[in-house]
Amino acid sequence: MATKDLRDRSGDAPDIALETRALSVYYGESAAVNDISLTIPRNRVVAFIGPSGCGKSTFLRCFNRMNDLIPAARVEGEVLFRGTNLYAHDVDAVEVRRRIGMVFQKPNPFPKTIYENIAFGLRINGFQGKLDEQVEHSLRSAALWDEVKDRLQESALELSGGQQQRLCIARALAIEPEILLMDEPASALDPIATGKIEDLIRDLREDYTIVIVTHNMQQAARVSDYTAFLYLGELIEYGDTDRLFTNPREERTEQYITGRFG
Amino acid sequence: MSGERFRPARDRRRRVGAIFRMVCLVSIGFSMLVLAILLVDVARDGLHWLSWDFLARYPSRIPERAGIKSAILGSLWMMGLTAAISFPLGVGAAIYLEEYAPRNWLTRLLQTNIGNLAGVPSIVYGILGLAIFVRFFGFGRSLLAGAATLALLVLPVVIVASQEALKAVPSSLREASYGLGATKWQTIRHHVLPMALPGILTGMILSLSRAIGETAPLIMIGALTFIAFSPTSPMDPFTVLPIQIFNWTSKPQAEFHDLAAGAIIVLLVVLLVMNTGAILLRNKFQKRF
Repeated sequence: MATKDLRDRSGDAPDIALETRALSVYYGESAAVNDISLTIPRNRVVAFIGPSGCGKSTFLRCFNRMNDLIPAARVEGEVLFRGTNLYAHDVDAVEVRRRIGMVFQKPNPFPKTIYENIAFGLRINGFQGKLDEQVEHSLRSAALWDEVKDRLQESALELSGGQQQRLCIARALAIEPEILLMDEPASALDPIATGKIEDLIRDLREDYTIVIVTHNMQQAARVSDYTAFLYLGELIEYGDTDRLFTNPREERTEQYITGRFG
Repeated sequence: MSGERFRPARDRRRRVGAIFRMVCLVSIGFSMLVLAILLVDVARDGLHWLSWDFLARYPSRIPERAGIKSAILGSLWMMGLTAAISFPLGVGAAIYLEEYAPRNWLTRLLQTNIGNLAGVPSIVYGILGLAIFVRFFGFGRSLLAGAATLALLVLPVVIVASQEALKAVPSSLREASYGLGATKWQTIRHHVLPMALPGILTGMILSLSRAIGETAPLIMIGALTFIAFSPTSPMDPFTVLPIQIFNWTSKPQAEFHDLAAGAIIVLLVVLLVMNTGAILLRNKFQKRF
């Protein structure tokens, strides 16, 4: 089956990175994500906040078809990337994930060398340039190069948790995605490592669109341009981060950000 | 204050704990004792027969001239061939069941049956081997027929052990790979299999340890008890250590019984070497990070 080439820019809208239309995710009968439509602007950081189990991670995983890996999950609706529905039958999930990278909640480097962690994605995707240069470039982009440049052949598992997570970010950046999805990337890290990740997110905004899930509201306020508040699988409120945190329109948003539930 | 609301009875709780500890200790002690008696008995009978000549000579009617060269070579051939057949089949089946098979009733049925097959008596595999490999495929009473039979015998254990090893690979590793645009095959090849390999090898060695001691199915398919030459190809007739042992113990002369004890010691040493090899191999793969 010929698969859709996601490099095709004909359906491009200049300012929109991703758009969902009536997107729902079901686990069996129950909806974990219920009829969400929103647009994610290009070169911005968008945060999804909400209490545990509100569907924010499940929603995030729709953007790179990670939910495909869960047999019980069923997705309805559309996710548009460059005018193409990522869930159309002629779109290959492998190609989607190369365009839309992901960083997970717990740092999950491969049990290989630091170098190999980055080179793997390059090799499997048929990278044509110089491997060494791209590895260095990615590690610099993730603000990790200076810490690891003399130990590239050591095991990635010997790095600290924060370094491991930045390695995972470098690994995702190496294959040059346009969008970076981050699923609570700092929740397993101490405050200093968290700070470094947040600095990094602000820097990466220049070149990438970032969608970050967090249950840390301060973090959302610090790093994001736009924030979406999800509750029980529904999108309650979505808007400019400063506005949403200072002047929420919905009562439930206000209750959540003031810590009255969740 | 009347009526304590707690009665800690710490002494009694500790006594129960101490008794439980003793029961466990007796269990391990009993097992070790029986094993030790067996080893001592075998060593007393067989040790003085052990010599390089014993290993280098073919069997003979005269106890002083008898050796186990053909049996050792037969066992080594047998293990090599059995491993060569059962490893790819077993690991392949396990990968299919864990990674590819849809989660439906058919898979569950398969799974249950594989579990059952592990409990089928080995003589039944012997009958199967005789019908299929010796006769139908025309392998004759050869090493290949024996190895194919033993491979069938250990296959369920290899599959189940490999499946457990694959299951133990954390999903975070798979997600990391898929997240970079890896295909299923690339994920399995580069991440899942290497991570599972130590566990798979452990299962493989345990299976071979069982296979090396198997006698009944090989007698069934017609392994010879008297082989006075070295096998040079998989199609040669053969004998193996347990058959040689069985043969010697069923002779009336006491000297042959002691020869059997000597062969048992050799078999135990071979087993020990195999298991050591397995541990070294496993450590090597594990240390790779």
